[in-house]
Amino acid sequence: MPWPWPTPFDSAPLEKRVSVTAAGTAADASPAIHTTGLSKVYGRKTALASLSMTVPRGEVFGFLGPNGAGKTTAVKLLLGLVRETSGEAWILGKAPSDPGSRRHVGYLPELFRYQAWLSAAEVLRVHCELAGLDRPTWVEEIRAVLAIVDLGARANDRVGTFSKGMQQRLGLAVALLGSPQLVLLDEPTSALDPVGRHDVRQIIRQLRDRGTSVFLNSHLLTEVEMVCDRVAMVDHGRVISTGTLNDLLAEGDCRFRVSGLNPAERAGLAPTGDQDDDGEWITIHHLDPELIPTTVERIVAMGGRIYAVEPRRQSLEEHFLQLLGEL
Amino acid sequence: MIGPLFVVARLTAWETVRRRLMIALVVMTLIIIATTGWGYNRLWTATDNGAPIGVVQVRAITSQVLILMYFVFAGVLALSSVLIAASSISGDIESGLALSILSRPIGRAQWALGKWLGLAAMTIAYAGGAGWLELLVADFTTGYLPPHPWQLVGYIGAEGLILLTLALTLSTRMAGMTAGIIALVGYFMAWVGGIVSGIGLALNNAPLTELGVISRLLLPTDGLWRGAVWTLEPASLLTLGRQAGRAAAADPFMVAEPASPLFLLWALVWIGVVLLIAIWSLRSREL
Repeated sequence: MPWPWPTPFDSAPLEKRVSVTAAGTAADASPAIHTTGLSKVYGRKTALASLSMTVPRGEVFGFLGPNGAGKTTAVKLLLGLVRETSGEAWILGKAPSDPGSRRHVGYLPELFRYQAWLSAAEVLRVHCELAGLDRPTWVEEIRAVLAIVDLGARANDRVGTFSKGMQQRLGLAVALLGSPQLVLLDEPTSALDPVGRHDVRQIIRQLRDRGTSVFLNSHLLTEVEMVCDRVAMVDHGRVISTGTLNDLLAEGDCRFRVSGLNPAERAGLAPTGDQDDDGEWITIHHLDPELIPTTVERIVAMGGRIYAVEPRRQSLEEHFLQLLGEL
Repeated sequence: MIGPLFVVARLTAWETVRRRLMIALVVMTLIIIATTGWGYNRLWTATDNGAPIGVVQVRAITSQVLILMYFVFAGVLALSSVLIAASSISGDIESGLALSILSRPIGRAQWALGKWLGLAAMTIAYAGGAGWLELLVADFTTGYLPPHPWQLVGYIGAEGLILLTLALTLSTRMAGMTAGIIALVGYFMAWVGGIVSGIGLALNNAPLTELGVISRLLLPTDGLWRGAVWTLEPASLLTLGRQAGRAAAADPFMVAEPASPLFLLWALVWIGVVLLIAIWSLRSREL
């Protein structure tokens, strides 16, 4: 007889399905994560070089970079799983060396395998106990997080029978137990199909809505772009760019589909002269969004007819490749 | 502080049951005990020059068969402890499970001690269960019970604890197979070291004797095995052993004197020190 699982994702909001009170509000003085000059060197290889960053409470922070850039090392340093070569880190106001710093933290590792001989519900029960959750809340907690990751029907199945994607969903459920104040997700969608990826994005948004900070490690830039408030881009252990998405991607292109202008009028639309014209579409590069209405007015004033206006912000991927000098 | 330690201990013990390791061990042990019980019972039908052997002979033979049986149990326990413990920590690190566990508010010392405690509980349960069952079967079929049954179970259990502690400590830094092989080689070397020491004693050769003492200090399993043999010897054989004096010292199945309290204390200290090394090793390891 299956448990009466709530329908995942599309019914009650997350905060109603997880019993513990949402945490990590603005009342907490310390940022979710703060590092100064955090570095890790393995022999001759620098895995992370002088990382200084602050992740405010309640934000979704994307930590981006190619494979081997130092993203996982940063997460492990924050969790006290590896020791820093130099610098300092604080997680929810405590040093990573203090096991208490992890009391309100959920973590989904990039590569892991849970005990194949346990059922999904048993794995979660173990983590309820390790996380120090109150015993009377366990059943509801387990039921809620399994529903969130759409594993409710497999609660009593052995983990050994799970696919990689299902194991990743279970890992996400483990990370969500006990309404953590901070959730660290290391490549959370790497083994998921498109539906699973969509679900993870939904979960991340719901976490943000209830005030939980999310630190998202990923090399999938388009995904990060969809959910993150702030990002840091890292390459070869160094942060090469950081800021809000609006800061990083403010200047984009804007395309106008225009007729009725002579060549001289068409060529003079861009304030800086930086534009392309294929005869149908005029693309003005790096156009301040505030100047789009003015440009439209000018075209109309010159007697032109406008069929379409398509503002286009630079993608995170383009920005990243630009920083790496590969675009 | 203690809570997570017991969670890990329970999980570790649970794993040996869930993976049917303990069940397989128990079933095999029960088959062995049942077979020996049948064998003890058949002793009553044995004859010597056409006449049935007497109760004294039956019990004397039983005492020697028991020594061999406990040699088997000690060996099974040693192998099992090593094989399970050697992959206990290294396996969790390799699978990434350690990341998931240690990202909870649990210290590495708690994790290591919890692992040890869970495995130790299973070791003691096996040593106690199998040890006592064999004794009771022998007692029921032949009326012979060794003079020191509680100490016997203690010695056999302690031998298992020593090996699991060693294998667990090695597994904080090595792959399971490597840790297991090193621990087992150590176990057999210690056994040979005990024989070499006995030969040295019999031949009055100080370097050989000291070599054995050193091996016993480095890995106290052989000394504990000899303590177990002493608990199994009936008084008549102990008298023979004492009469044989140093000549019998090389025989790992004939021990005339119990293990010294100082040695037992050392075995206890050894476990504590090696466990501390395991904690230090794990704490300083990058995951």
